[in-house]
Amino acid sequence: MTPLLSVKTLRKTYGAHVGCTDVSFDLFPGEVMGIVGESGSGKTTLLNCLAGHLTPDRGQVIFDTRADGPRDVLAMSEPERRMLGRTDWAFVHQHARDGLRMNVSAGGNVGERLMAVGARHYGAIRAQAADWLGRVEIDAGRIDDRPTTFSGGMQQRLQIARNLVTQPRLVFMDEPTGGLDVSVQARLLDLLRGLVRDLGLSAIVVTHDLAVVRLLAHRLMVMKDGRVVETGLTDQVLDDPQHPYTQLLVSSVLQV
Amino acid sequence: MAMIEIENLSKTFQLHTQGSARIDVMRDLSLRVEAGECVALTGRSGAGKSTLMRMIYGNYLAAGGSLRIAGTDVVTASPHDILRLRRETMGYVSQFLRVIPRVPTIDVVAEPLLALGTPTAAARDRAAYLLTRLNLPERLWRLSPTTFSGGEQQRVNIARGFAHEYPVLLLDEPTASLDPVNRAVVLDLISAARHRGAAIVGIFHDAEARAQVCTREVDLTAFVPGRAV
Repeated sequence: MTPLLSVKTLRKTYGAHVGCTDVSFDLFPGEVMGIVGESGSGKTTLLNCLAGHLTPDRGQVIFDTRADGPRDVLAMSEPERRMLGRTDWAFVHQHARDGLRMNVSAGGNVGERLMAVGARHYGAIRAQAADWLGRVEIDAGRIDDRPTTFSGGMQQRLQIARNLVTQPRLVFMDEPTGGLDVSVQARLLDLLRGLVRDLGLSAIVVTHDLAVVRLLAHRLMVMKDGRVVETGLTDQVLDDPQHPYTQLLVSSVLQV
Repeated sequence: MAMIEIENLSKTFQLHTQGSARIDVMRDLSLRVEAGECVALTGRSGAGKSTLMRMIYGNYLAAGGSLRIAGTDVVTASPHDILRLRRETMGYVSQFLRVIPRVPTIDVVAEPLLALGTPTAAARDRAAYLLTRLNLPERLWRLSPTTFSGGEQQRVNIARGFAHEYPVLLLDEPTASLDPVNRAVVLDLISAARHRGAAIVGIFHDAEARAQVCTREVDLTAFVPGRAV
C-alpha cells in the first residue's frame, strides 16, 4: 500500500534555534496521526512545514496525488501547492476565526471553498453547504447567519464543514478541540471520528491533550526539543511509554 | 492451525521517572494456541497474565522473542500492520470501557463492524442482536454507556468484542461483574466463538467458568524471572 504522505528527514530552523529536525514518517490512507509534546517542542512548526505554511530547510514531503501519484510537495510550484491546499488538503486551525471568514455567512463559508475548485451553480452550492452544515450538526436555519453569531463549538464545527466540503484526503488539525468546553470536545471528537471512518480521511492532529489523541489518533509521535523521541500505536505509547520524556508526560496527567 | 505462536517472549519495564528502576516481568515464554482452542492464563497476581494479553494485542512492547498472530509477528510489525490485525483478526475485551462520552451504546457496539466497511444498518442489527442477548434494555441503547453500572458497561464491552467474528479473541475476566443469567450468556458466546474456530486466550478468575469454556490452562508463574517456581 502506498503511503498517502511520506515525510523524510524534515528540518526547520529559525536562525540558530531548531524548530524541528530529523522528522520522518509515513501516513497511510484512513489513518490519524497524533503529535504531542509540550509548548515549544516543535509540533506546530512541523505541522506548518507539512501543510506548506512554512518552508523547511531540508527534507521531503511526498504526497500521493490523485493525478500523478507520489510527488514531493516542496518541489511543486506555488500554484500547484495552493491547488492542493484547496482540494486534497484541509487545515483546521485551533482558533476557528483563523480558518473562517467572519463577515461571510455560514453557507458562504462552506460554499466559498466549493467555488474555489470551480463550482458555479448557486443552487447546487447552497444545497451542498446545507448538507454539510447538517453533517456537523449546525441547524439549517443558521445558514445565512455569520459565524460571529455562533458559539465557539459551532464555529469550530463550521470550520470543519468548510474544510471537508471539497472531500480532501488529508486534514491537518492544530489543537482542534483546544479552548472548547469538555462537553463540546466530546461532540467534536465523535464527529471527527465518524468523518474519518466514513470518508476514509487521513489526518495529522497536533495537540497537547493526551485524552484527545487516545480517542482520535491511531498512531502517535511524541516530540521534544524539535525531535521525535518516541513513535508507535497510540495506546502502546500511552500505556507502555519507553522514552523518559514520554513516561514523564504520561505520568503527569491528572486522573479524573 | 496455530493462530497464536509465541516464542521466548520477554518483557521488561524501565521506569525512568522512578530512579530508572528496571523490572523484569517475563522471560522466555512460549505458547501456541490453535484455532478452536480456549486457553485460560493462570498464576498468582503479578504472574503477568494481563501483561501477556496486552503484549499479544500490541499494547505493550516486548523486550525480546516473537509473537505471531495469524502469521504476523506483533513484536516487529509496523503500527499499520497491527492496526489491520486489530481491525480484522484480533479482538480484545478488556475490563474497562473506554469510549467517547456522547456516543450511543448501539454505535459503540457497531463500531468494529463499521470500521470493516459493514453497512450501518447491518452493523446496527448485529449490535442490537448482541445487546438483546446480553439483556441490556433497549431504552439504554440510544444513551452513552459512560453513565452505566459496572455490569452494564461490561456487557457493552462484550457485545462490542463479539460484534465482528474475530479469528483471535482476548478476554480479560469477561464474567467478572455479571449476574448468573448474563454470565451464562457470555459463556455461551465464548463457546460458540470457539466452535466456529476462534483461538481464544483469557483470564478467568471464576473457576467454574474456566472449567466450562476452556480447553486448557497455562500457569504463567513459571515464566516470571528470578523467582522460585
